[in-house]
Amino acid sequence: MSNDILVITEHMDGKFSDVSFEMVGKARELASALGGQAVAVVIGSGVDANVFASDSTLHIDDAALSGFNPEAYAKIVEALVKEKSPKAVLFGWTVTGMDVAAWLSAKTGAPCAAYAKDIRVDGGGFVVSCQVYGGKLMAEVAPEGDMAVIACLAGSFPVEAGQGSTAATATASPVDAGSLKVKFVEAIKPAGGDVDITAQAKLVSIGRGIGGKENVELAEELAQALGATVSASRPVVDAGWLPRTRQVGKSGLKVKPKLYLMLGISGAPEHLEGMKSAELIIAINTDKKAPIFNVAHYGATADLFEVAEAMLELL
Amino acid sequence: MNIVVAIKHIPSIADDLPVSGKNVDFDSVDFVLNEWDEHSIEQAVLIKEAVGGTVTVVGVDLIGELDNVLHLALAKGADKVVKITADDPAADSHMQAKWLAEAIKGMGANMVFAGVQASNDLDGQIGPMIAAYLDMPYIGGVSSVEANGDSATVNKEFAGGAGAKYSVSMPFVAGVQAAPKPPRYAPVSKVRQMAQTATIETVSPSGDASAGLAFKNMAPPVATGHAEMIEGSSKEVAAKIVELLKSKGLA
Amino acid sequence: MAPKYEKAKAIQKENVVVDGIDISGHWNRMFEQRVITEYTPELIEKIADIPNAESFANCYQCAKCVAVCPVDVVGNYGPRKLYRYAQTGMDLTEAPELWLCTTCANCLRVCPKEVNMVKIMPAAREQAILDGKFVPNELQQAFENTAKSGNPLGQPQRKRDAWIKDAGVEIPIMKDLGRKVDVLWYVGSYPSYHPRGIDAASAAARIFTALGIDFAILGKEEKDDADSQRLAGEKGLFEMMTEYNIETFNKYEWDELVVTGPHELNAFKNVYPKYGFERPVVHYTTFLARHLDKLKPMLKHSVNKKITYHDPCYLGRHNGEYEAPRQLLEAIPGVELVEMGRNRENGYCCGGGGGGMWMDSFTAKHTTMRLSEKRAMEAASTGANVLAVACPFEVSRFADAVKSTGNEHVDVLDILELLDRSMRGDQ
Ligand SMILES: Cc1cc2nc3c(=O)[nH]c(=O)nc-3n(C[C@H](O)[C@H](O)[C@H](O)COP(=O)(O)OP(=O)(O)OC[C@H]3O[C@@H](n4cnc5c(N)ncnc54)[C@H](O)[C@@H]3O)c2cc1C
Ligand code: SF4
Ligand code: SF4
Repeated sequence: MSNDILVITEHMDGKFSDVSFEMVGKARELASALGGQAVAVVIGSGVDANVFASDSTLHIDDAALSGFNPEAYAKIVEALVKEKSPKAVLFGWTVTGMDVAAWLSAKTGAPCAAYAKDIRVDGGGFVVSCQVYGGKLMAEVAPEGDMAVIACLAGSFPVEAGQGSTAATATASPVDAGSLKVKFVEAIKPAGGDVDITAQAKLVSIGRGIGGKENVELAEELAQALGATVSASRPVVDAGWLPRTRQVGKSGLKVKPKLYLMLGISGAPEHLEGMKSAELIIAINTDKKAPIFNVAHYGATADLFEVAEAMLELL
Repeated sequence: MNIVVAIKHIPSIADDLPVSGKNVDFDSVDFVLNEWDEHSIEQAVLIKEAVGGTVTVVGVDLIGELDNVLHLALAKGADKVVKITADDPAADSHMQAKWLAEAIKGMGANMVFAGVQASNDLDGQIGPMIAAYLDMPYIGGVSSVEANGDSATVNKEFAGGAGAKYSVSMPFVAGVQAAPKPPRYAPVSKVRQMAQTATIETVSPSGDASAGLAFKNMAPPVATGHAEMIEGSSKEVAAKIVELLKSKGLA
Repeated sequence: MAPKYEKAKAIQKENVVVDGIDISGHWNRMFEQRVITEYTPELIEKIADIPNAESFANCYQCAKCVAVCPVDVVGNYGPRKLYRYAQTGMDLTEAPELWLCTTCANCLRVCPKEVNMVKIMPAAREQAILDGKFVPNELQQAFENTAKSGNPLGQPQRKRDAWIKDAGVEIPIMKDLGRKVDVLWYVGSYPSYHPRGIDAASAAARIFTALGIDFAILGKEEKDDADSQRLAGEKGLFEMMTEYNIETFNKYEWDELVVTGPHELNAFKNVYPKYGFERPVVHYTTFLARHLDKLKPMLKHSVNKKITYHDPCYLGRHNGEYEAPRQLLEAIPGVELVEMGRNRENGYCCGGGGGGMWMDSFTAKHTTMRLSEKRAMEAASTGANVLAVACPFEVSRFADAVKSTGNEHVDVLDILELLDRSMRGDQ
């Protein structure tokens, strides 16, 4: 039994995802409250592992693991947990972390708290706030027993707190890659054609307020500066200013991004149907009575062009 | 090909969820099929249509209303349906996964599908747990499965259109994110016909597992009902938005 | 919409000599066998073989229908053309054309051969659905919502009567009332859930109350009529809802069923009798026109507007009510009523019927313009500043259409809202 916190980091194309840093930062805070260590775990090759502000970093550097392999990750983490008996294992509640967290929980009998937005130490254990039921309810739970598996929603903690330069210790993989039943074949690059707005984390969505096709460019620029994609209400698509693949709403696509920045969309029910479960909705509209303000988390009664241009200067 | 689809009946989030004590007030919510399960059923039926075989859909009956869902699954092309009668709306993912794993054990499945997640997976999803209990490998975020002999080619999705192709030897468990085609429509007349003619196999829960989570509180997130208005000139508004996005790691 | 066939090519012989006279020229194709005899009837028979779709084969290509078909105005449509497409290789059960007809019945009005799209379309669509053919996604969603939640919007059944608390008057619910009422008011799905529909429902409640009508609603027990779902091909769904609705209606004692929507009127009055329900049903316009003597003195405030009225297909053509809505509008002081070119029997469809309500993006892809937009432009061209409607589908459709055609100055209001305004003044 230790009071260490293991963080299973994730990376793609040689880059760690933000949630990895977020978790390392959080793990430091938790570990210091418990008198343990924050241990970043990096699995796979082709990535610089000396980038975390962890107390230590373990790098299981195996060329056979260059692509993500859920079975290998699961078995490696299982072996690590056996060896280190940590107090908690943190995963991202992401397409990779989700493959392993609940599996580890069922395999080891340790409780799992998913959809975690916040973790705090309470009397030697943890209290985890989880955003369940599509964000409609927050559950506060205390994992029982010696070890907790916690799967964290990306964007829950600051990234900076986890960034550092702790030198990683390379370790051999405890798992024989040849024995695996899941084999990585090849990476699939995003297909050509238009982007899939339902798969985007950030959307800058424009409505009729954008005024004309010539102004769509401004939205594109803002989106680019934010690392976002442009989506739209139906009138914009009907007018041919954007392709139909970008339409959000009842007769368009249903989206659930982390950020939905709305420029000149009134908030008709048909539009809301497609985006109301976005995590952060910010609406800019000149009409202070626009119904979108009843749904958005943040709003401003302002001209979208002025705001977009001012934002561009700041980004 | 013997495909088993494990499903979850969950409170609908179409409406606000009332809370009673420290959990959802299960008496005043509607239960629906987890939306991702519709995709795993579709994926299973597509494979059956491609290479032959049987599709068995199995779920835990939490409130005595699973029959409707199972009839729908039959109308969409499942061959056999099984319900585990638990009558406990609060059964967590661990419990359900254990019961499901026990029920699936003797079915000789080549592949087990589950929805990649459900909105009430507070203690994790049933897919990876079933895999752990049955000692099978798990792969989630799956966007297509093609069976070839005793292994399958499985595509897994990462963010933004990127993904990877895997070869997985059977038996395995997959968490389905999306079927290659949108879930097919089952006409009501077909569903009703199933309701009149089909038999649902009933089994009792067997095995024991628990989430091991003590519930401290459950409540809606603090909501205002109206956007928090950012005041000031356009420049000030822009600055505040950028600041807000930065603080949330979104810019 | 690209036609499914190519025009027969002019067949021209290089040289034609008849009775020693050289008649070579472009017109000489009259001497050629015309391709018309080579058409196969199979794809026509395929449709006509479906029970209820028999009349498809009756068409003798006179083209009267094309002139009145609203979809032809924004595309290439009408029974005659569908027949012709089928003749030249289109399988209607697989073509996008299957979903474009709004069952507006204008073609039936003029067809000498009684080719009845109101029967053909639901039957052919049902066949397509049962055969697992393509079904537009939005429509599928509306079907699933109706089956799961009791309304096509997918709103929770428990909230069906949530709107009544803001109506400003007491609205009794049958279940709580525990006695017979004169009028059972079937509110309908859009008036119960859609914000613009709720405006009309609240207005209706205030008007009924002011008139002293002894009415009640079903509240949480009310479910969708599913008539448009039936016309869109989901007969099984319609029957399931019908069984429930008839049972619910019969649970209580009442004299007359008043409906907010023309589609409900059509279901309860024209279709339910086949399922054993034969009781008095009226649309609210008919009902209120009957109370006009009492209502008129209450309409105290002038509504100084130039109003044009859109005849809903399922109130007008399908159920013959053209006058009551106009009487109500004319009773409002200050109103100037103007007619659009296409009105009454020849009213132009808003595109919402026959399931069109839930295929808006699909139809947009296969037509040059939405029917609602075409109609909104017609309304605007009369110089009216209000487009008055009497169907809950229409408010949202036209409110959207006046905007997208640059006619924001035209207000789209239900007759109920206009009456309410005149009764209470601008609130
Ligand atoms: C059956 C049906 C299906 C539909 N499906 C969809 C759908 O899938 N998706 C969808 O989006 N809609 C859909 N609609 C249309 C919907 O009803 C609305 O008409 C549409 O969403 C309105 O789009 P909008 O908000 O961009 O335009 P508007 O409602 O016209 O709003 C424009 C807004 O921009 C603001 N504005 C103007 N200029 C500025 C400026 N300079 N700066 C800031 N703000 C400004 C205005 O105040 C206004 O609030 C559907 C409608 C029907 C009837
Ligand atoms: S009016 Fe009737 S007979 Fe004439 S072309 Fe149309 S469908 Fe055929
Ligand atoms: S019913 Fe109406 S929309 Fe359909 S073909 Fe006839 S005229 Fe056209």
